[in-house]
Amino acid sequence: MADRLRSRTTATLAGDLVAPHMRLALFLLLAPALLWLLGLIVLPHVDLAVLSLRTRVAPRTYELGFGNYRTFIDEPLYWHTFVRTAVMSIFATVCTLLIAFPAAWYIAKIARGRAKSLLFVMCLIPFWVSETVRTLGWMILLRESGVLPRLLVELGITAKPVELLYHDTTILVGLVYTSMLFMVVPLVSALESLDDSLIEAAYDLGGNGLSILRQIVIPHAAPGIAAGSIIVFMLTLGNYLTPTLLGGKNSLWFTEQIYTQFITRFNWEQGAAFGFLLLVLSTAIVWLGLVVTGQKFGDVMRRS
Amino acid sequence: MNPFRVLCSVLATVLAAIGLTTTALAQENKLRIITWADYAPAEVVAQFKKETGIDVEVTLSNNEEMISKLRATGGAGFDLAQPSQDRIVGPQQEFGIYKPMDMSKIKTEQFIPSMLDATKKNTTLDGKVYGLPHIWGTDGLVINTKTAGKVGDYPDLCAADYKGKTSVRLKRPTLLALAFSSGKDPFALYNDPKAYTALMDDMGKKLAACKANLKFFWDNKDQLLNGMRNGEVVAAMMWDTGGWKLNSENPDVQFIAPKSGALGWIDTFALPAKGRNDAAAYAWINFNMRPEIAAKVAASAGNFTASKGADQLMDPKLKAQFAKSFPEAALKNIKWYPAVPAGIEDIEGKVLDRVKASN
Amino acid sequence: MDQDLEVDRVSKRYNAHLAVDALSFAVPHGSFFSILGPSGCGKTTLLRLIAGFLEPDSGDVRIGGHSMRGVSPNRRPVNMVFQNLALFPMMSVGENVGYGLARRDIASTEIRNRVAAMLKRVGLPGAEGKRVDQLSGGQKQRVAIARSLVLEPTLLLLDEPLGALDLKLREHMKIELKQLQADFGTTFVYITHDQSEALVLSDRVAVMSAGRFEQIGTPQELYYAPHTAFVAGFVGANNRLSGTVQRVDGDIIELHTAQGLALHARCTEHVVAGNEVEAFVRPEVVGLARDAAGLATGTPYYTGRIESLLFDGANSTVLVREQPTNTEFRIALPQTGQFADLRESEMIVFGFDPERAISFRGGNDGR
Repeated sequence: MADRLRSRTTATLAGDLVAPHMRLALFLLLAPALLWLLGLIVLPHVDLAVLSLRTRVAPRTYELGFGNYRTFIDEPLYWHTFVRTAVMSIFATVCTLLIAFPAAWYIAKIARGRAKSLLFVMCLIPFWVSETVRTLGWMILLRESGVLPRLLVELGITAKPVELLYHDTTILVGLVYTSMLFMVVPLVSALESLDDSLIEAAYDLGGNGLSILRQIVIPHAAPGIAAGSIIVFMLTLGNYLTPTLLGGKNSLWFTEQIYTQFITRFNWEQGAAFGFLLLVLSTAIVWLGLVVTGQKFGDVMRRS
Repeated sequence: MNPFRVLCSVLATVLAAIGLTTTALAQENKLRIITWADYAPAEVVAQFKKETGIDVEVTLSNNEEMISKLRATGGAGFDLAQPSQDRIVGPQQEFGIYKPMDMSKIKTEQFIPSMLDATKKNTTLDGKVYGLPHIWGTDGLVINTKTAGKVGDYPDLCAADYKGKTSVRLKRPTLLALAFSSGKDPFALYNDPKAYTALMDDMGKKLAACKANLKFFWDNKDQLLNGMRNGEVVAAMMWDTGGWKLNSENPDVQFIAPKSGALGWIDTFALPAKGRNDAAAYAWINFNMRPEIAAKVAASAGNFTASKGADQLMDPKLKAQFAKSFPEAALKNIKWYPAVPAGIEDIEGKVLDRVKASN
Repeated sequence: MDQDLEVDRVSKRYNAHLAVDALSFAVPHGSFFSILGPSGCGKTTLLRLIAGFLEPDSGDVRIGGHSMRGVSPNRRPVNMVFQNLALFPMMSVGENVGYGLARRDIASTEIRNRVAAMLKRVGLPGAEGKRVDQLSGGQKQRVAIARSLVLEPTLLLLDEPLGALDLKLREHMKIELKQLQADFGTTFVYITHDQSEALVLSDRVAVMSAGRFEQIGTPQELYYAPHTAFVAGFVGANNRLSGTVQRVDGDIIELHTAQGLALHARCTEHVVAGNEVEAFVRPEVVGLARDAAGLATGTPYYTGRIESLLFDGANSTVLVREQPTNTEFRIALPQTGQFADLRESEMIVFGFDPERAISFRGGNDGR
């Protein structure tokens, strides 16, 4: 939605500013964005790439090579962690999609007027507080002496307070909760553009709920679904706080691994290699997902 | 006004503002310290400012972060750091983030001699001293005597009686503690990477096996203190101050020195390689080692200090707690961390990663 | 059973608004039935009641003799062509046409054959692989109809399908639609607000207003013998004149308008002097001449000033202001070219046969 708005403003800007000095002004207006892109995204990544190719051989002596990348492959621990993170992220993305889809459908097709904006705001509410506070809130709710286990005991469902924190399921719940808005927004905009008469026509021609969902709604919403899924997958994969705080002793998230390498091991070279691997592998997974579902990246990003 | 002009003036203003603030910062007489929580209480900072006119800017941190931050800047951004004594030589060899102490500027007579010598020995590299002792303490066991009275050594944390109710940190001290409690001396193997790796692998397996018994790997002290307060955790490996703090709130909770020995640490003063205000740093060190100041800091941190004569000024309650936790034999049995050679942490790191990943 | 569609006292209410008011009608097999009415008259609601997207509050819809109560749209032997056609953009033309067949679990080779045959019949042979957005407006129309007809429905509902087309194409598609209907012999129920579409296409037309049918009849009946003032006003162009009855002479009445114009018209209802009535005079009924001698004898005539000339080939008319009352009349120009030299402000005379002017008691057409 914001995209459409932005492209309109740039179009009018470009249309109005035809004189050469105006073009210079336009360039200068864009300069902060370009500088930001170059200085804070491109350059650090180049630096990271160079760093990741250095291997420590002795104190203060380094060798160029792929040693850090080899560590990732040779040490099952690391790629196991990556696979685990990726699988859980995919799972969290699917869960988010399954929960967000009916909600988005309701917002786009059923709710009207005030109810609609109210529902949108409800999706936004979790973002009024910082991620840390949100996650700590979950901890207060779920810990053994917390609200929910006590409620379970009082309702007679469990005999003793159970520890609801520190499970993989807890991580999933936290991740899905955090990601919901990023799935709902592209889905709503995709579903809103679906002409109701298409659904009626399909129904009229003998389609039932399931076949309409499969053949009409999902193909139409596919770019929105893909956009939402990419955003959620990337956010989840790159999330640090939620998995570390909610995950407990068994949860190993790949970003945690990177943090550990940088901060507690002082092994920046290894951390940089991990960071790059995260970038490359997650891109590969997204690309694979797009290929499998037959989507084009440009289409997807335009539609979201 | 046309947009070009507007933009130019905005840019000019921003640049001017940046320029002004940087020069202003450079001119100020300020001491930037990166240290642990409670090591620079406001009262002491205010008194220092009154005596010397120097402003103190405190950044709270821990060992790993101190090293990481200094590494990122090549030792700039701070004028004084307070890493533990065992974490100076290794990082210095690796990253060169500190500069040597000029001992002529230090009032060495203010230090407890044995502690100063030990620290100097541990932080000397190529004949130069990089660290001076400040605060010291121990890692041991905090137990709730009512519910976990039988816990006496680290392996007891893995006893089935306390399933799901104990905790340790997923950090190197835990591996070292397990090694001592299995009758090994890991410090003796510091310079034999192969043997050390084998030992750590074994301890890793032990810890992994114990994992099911732990409620969580605690990460910040409030997490553990809260867990012990509400009874979710009954016994844990922790440093002494935490135990004494809980003991003041609830006499059932006590800090005990484990049978295999508590682990002793000393936090130091060290000069970052690109510190801008060494004079202020030396002034702060000398000021801090005065017995009355050291006693204040020690009370704030809840630990003991390397300052000579501060003992007499310490809070009697803390002294009593210390005496209870450390009978004569236990005091002798404290294992002081020797300097960590470079590369050791890599070995431990992999083991810790594996423990975390194991199920 | 001869009636493909029987609507029996069907009502539908939205809150306080009665959209369809106890309507009953039947559509015989193979006929082209139109429902004509202004927007908001309830025709779309009626169509959706027949298609099954809405359930009537009372009454029954029978299709092919079977009650449709509780039968969902996907199980009714009815298909609908939507206003915007609603072709599935995510499918090819062939998939669009085959969609309904596939839902009936018909073998894919059979579907292919039937789709090909259907596309051929609507004049789009071999278009299966095309994307919907590659088609012209008229081709889309044909695909939409083919998509429905391939299912051989008892009844095809069309919801103003020509509305989105430009004028020229619309004229063309009217003819094509009529031919398709004749060709397939399927019963069509067509709703529109365009009286020309309804008159051209239909065997019978129902004129709808405020949830009720004003009149059902052949296009000719509606045009020449409207039953109500609403139908007279809605179907075809008409001069509408309101006035008070002065005299009744058999079925011819004399009325005076508020401006003081006196005229004669036929009235089928019982009226007495003093009743308010509305008279309708079709433009083509009015004779035009340069002087009284040029008009048919025995009919009253009026003098008027030409206000404007509306030249439109065979449909050319003039707007005339009767003198002295200044009442406006729209009068068709004969196609002989006899009045090709008429100028604005020119004075002319005009008159009409009172038998061919029709009047109704006023104030009951709901306008």
